[in-house]
Amino acid sequence: MLGLQRMIEIMTDRDRLPGEIKIVVPTGMLGGGVHRNHVHYGIACGAHAIAVDSGSTDSGPSYLARGVSKTNRESIKHDLEVLMSEANRAGIPLLVGTCGTSGTDAGVDWTRDIAIEVAGELGITPKIACLYSEQTPAELIRKNRQGKIAPLPPLGPLTDSALESCEHIVALMGPEPYMAAIAAGADIVLGGRTTDTAVLAAIPLMKGAGAGAAWHAAKIAECGGQCTVNPRRGGVLMRVGEDAFDVEPLDLGNQCSPESVSAHLLYENSDPFRLTEPGGVLDVSGADYRWVDNRITRVTGSKWEPMPYTMKLEGARGGDFQTIMLIGIEDPEVLANLDEFHDRMQRVLTDRITKTFGPAVHFDLSLRLYGWNGTSGRPVPAGTPPPRDVGVMFVVTAPTQDLANRMAKACNPYFFHTPLREGIEMPSYAFPFTPAEIPRGQVYEFVLNHVVHTHDGFELVRTEWTDLAEKA
Amino acid sequence: MPKIRDVCRHVRSKNAGPFWVTVDFFFDSEESFKRYRDTAALGPELFAHLFGTDAKLVKRVPVDRLHMIKISYPRAHPQGWMRERDMHAGQQFARLLEVDID
Repeated sequence: MLGLQRMIEIMTDRDRLPGEIKIVVPTGMLGGGVHRNHVHYGIACGAHAIAVDSGSTDSGPSYLARGVSKTNRESIKHDLEVLMSEANRAGIPLLVGTCGTSGTDAGVDWTRDIAIEVAGELGITPKIACLYSEQTPAELIRKNRQGKIAPLPPLGPLTDSALESCEHIVALMGPEPYMAAIAAGADIVLGGRTTDTAVLAAIPLMKGAGAGAAWHAAKIAECGGQCTVNPRRGGVLMRVGEDAFDVEPLDLGNQCSPESVSAHLLYENSDPFRLTEPGGVLDVSGADYRWVDNRITRVTGSKWEPMPYTMKLEGARGGDFQTIMLIGIEDPEVLANLDEFHDRMQRVLTDRITKTFGPAVHFDLSLRLYGWNGTSGRPVPAGTPPPRDVGVMFVVTAPTQDLANRMAKACNPYFFHTPLREGIEMPSYAFPFTPAEIPRGQVYEFVLNHVVHTHDGFELVRTEWTDLAEKA
Repeated sequence: MPKIRDVCRHVRSKNAGPFWVTVDFFFDSEESFKRYRDTAALGPELFAHLFGTDAKLVKRVPVDRLHMIKISYPRAHPQGWMRERDMHAGQQFARLLEVDID
């Protein structure tokens, strides 16, 4: 716990924004590990809500295609236990966006079930609103035919078959369904796929903070401590006013500097000044970042330009299957001629697969020489000295897992023994495992990079309620 | 002739969604930044050549207050495709370091 003296000092000795709305953002991702003392600090500062994102597309399409969470259940439960108990004690709402990593309906239900379990253990009876934004191909095909779906570069117009190929499709929600759920009395809102910013901006927007300041603050705080000088030390408190906001670390030993805060706009964004969100564009090109004191940065000059309402779509499909094998090589003759070796091995293994499975078989074979050019796959400049060691990864892709496994098995002796050149005594490379082949599973792909025009933030969203007080 | 690595204190790359990569060039001084802010050496053709992207879609935004330039380009293949070697595009910056900037 904080020293009382220190806490009073921090809470009084600063220049405040009139009518500021305060949101605790305890971590960049639910399940990342929240600290109870950080949440205490935010609540002691008068927080109006706790808001946190629980999703990401950055880890790849497999989570959306399969509808499963990347973060494990125990980590989600730990963080929900801390956040639900503190929110309950303080009498403030808890908002969670993009439940279950990809924000599918199943991800929301999975998170709701954990929340119900936690509530039972804590002996509390919150009213929980679940917001669902998963879409069916049929509905989107209808929208597409009405001209309501537009592509974002580099993709082109959307086809019915692209929509039908998706295992799951989600639409990114804006703040409106969160605001409506809170207005209707929700203690906890668990949302499906939502923009990272919308879940954090919802309460400030609802309570009358400036739109530019609210969206910009949310953008800065979306990854929790990422906008602080020491990102490993917990999340942040956003304080949002009419035309300015402050961002402050929840850890007393950490800082939000004008540099760390402004640099966050660069992170994973293709444009650092203009961000399209549901219902508008945040323009931060005129923003100014200054110290308030030695821990807090104030931002002014953020602008919100209202636009016709759009929701971005994300969809992912499952493709072919892969099996991998690995060998290590320290043979100096091979290391001195790696490109030649790669090309010969590629030829030998391709022949082997074609001869074993027939010329019509569909497959892809990729060999990656880690220690040489495995990361880029690009030609190595002439004159580059040989490495000490390379790892060769064999990746075969085929229409079924069984076929990919059988192709790897057929290649096994050749992968193990192919010499650099014809006539050299048969080598044996270093397999680290037995069996050597490792079924890797399915290849997943993101299919959509499109927006759908809607009447408002509710048209494609469904809200369902679980009132634990009624069930108790 | 200076290379990118000689005039930048830090260069990094990362996915900006599944279809885009964004590269941040942080220059080592205000002077370097001003000198190279608009250099043709960091033009779209460089990205087309090194990353197989469509030069017409490459976006370039200088950020004066941070002495950096952000350049974003569409991936030649979406994140996670069958021959993916860099899921988060975190190592794509490396091939830029040796590029001549003058």
